[in-house]
Amino acid sequence: MDWAALRISLWLGAGTIAILLPFGVWFGRLLAVRDFRGKLLVEALVTVPLVLPPTVLGFYLLVTFGARSPIGQAFQALAGHPLPFSFQGLLLASAIANMPFVVQPIQRGFEAIPSDVRDAAACCGLTPWQQFLRIELPLAWPGVLTASILTFAHTLGEFGVVLMVGGNLPGQTRTLSVAIYDRMQAFDDRGAGVMAATLLAIAVATLMTTTALSRRVNPSRG
Amino acid sequence: MVRRSFCALFAVCLVGLPDAGAQRPPAIAAAANLNFALTEIARQFERDRGTRVDVVFGASGTLTRQIRDGAPFEMFLAADEEFPGQLTAAGLTRDAGAEYAIGRLVLFAPTGSPLVVDERLDGLSRLLHAGQVTRFAMANPDVAPYGRAAEATLRKRGLWDAIRSRLVLGDSIAQAAQFATSGNAVGGLIAYSLVKEPALANKGTYALIPQTDHPPLRQRMVLLKQATPVVEQFYAYMQGSAARTVLINNGYEVPR
Repeated sequence: MDWAALRISLWLGAGTIAILLPFGVWFGRLLAVRDFRGKLLVEALVTVPLVLPPTVLGFYLLVTFGARSPIGQAFQALAGHPLPFSFQGLLLASAIANMPFVVQPIQRGFEAIPSDVRDAAACCGLTPWQQFLRIELPLAWPGVLTASILTFAHTLGEFGVVLMVGGNLPGQTRTLSVAIYDRMQAFDDRGAGVMAATLLAIAVATLMTTTALSRRVNPSRG
Repeated sequence: MVRRSFCALFAVCLVGLPDAGAQRPPAIAAAANLNFALTEIARQFERDRGTRVDVVFGASGTLTRQIRDGAPFEMFLAADEEFPGQLTAAGLTRDAGAEYAIGRLVLFAPTGSPLVVDERLDGLSRLLHAGQVTRFAMANPDVAPYGRAAEATLRKRGLWDAIRSRLVLGDSIAQAAQFATSGNAVGGLIAYSLVKEPALANKGTYALIPQTDHPPLRQRMVLLKQATPVVEQFYAYMQGSAARTVLINNGYEVPR
């Protein structure tokens, strides 16, 4: 069992949620309540990681941030190490790949709030912030919860883009899913088996938690 | 506004986060055919010198690409001379490096396979013409020098055109060996150094391919520009008698 890899996977999952959740709430709500020019394109762009092979994302990230590109060199000058093949690089890749898993459930959550409720809140003299924090966010909460759990589970399962952008560095970018591949390549089937079972257990537990929580948050839908 | 400040915050986080790898042992990139041999050498090195190196295995081409894109490896042990040569030409290495081993190719058939192994590939040729080769494993010649050697061997025996549609290509020679030994292919052309390992040798039979059947697998290692003293020591250790003995035991020839 590669504990460092498990730790990296968990950190990556938590980090991705921490980065994406504020963005997802802001953006999901925006998409739910507003109409603007180019909305169709923006929605498509946010959803596109869902249907794109991870190699496309990996390719663009490496070409954009690799040591041979100007942006990559600028990053290296600032941070002291290149963005690909570092945990930060994984975090960026993971944030992009998980965008649809965060934005969509949250958007659906806000869309489910009838506009009368918003109007009533405004009539009662609540400021937009109060309206958001006291009325809308609690109502959209199941969406936010689903978004977090989906993102976490999906990050743990991320493989292709992690291998391409991270490069399988032990203690830095070797996540549990990559460690399984690495053990297989080293003919260590036992090691791979233990880690595969661990990931399976985490995934099942995560999904069970989602279902249980969504029943508690929203009993009528359960 | 919110969006811009959010982007700025994200950028600061990315740049400012401490590099998680700072306290890790130095990372070395190595061709996949070294899987068993180099793991053993690194273990001996740790015992002898009290310091550790982390070895990451992959196809020489894949690793070369990663190093060119900025992967923080300090040393690269390739399966050929060409890939480290590319890095030297790009100004990423200390010098042209040193040849540390010459690899050998074997034809492997897993237990229960209809393939009879021999050094001239006669058994493979018979099976192929009888239409009984379902799948045949080798490494991807684009990224793995052992794959290139396998292609040269098959070409020399005039089997390349007939076998092409039956090939399963491994990302690296390790994956090819997995395909060849797991019984999912009738056999494969893989690295001798991998089948020397009892765990794999027990899974079937093999025949050494004559070195004259393909361009020699001269394996070169290079120190990269960012190599630290520990890795410089490891580079020297690779040329010492302890490492050479392990290489010979794992089926390599060593230079000089």
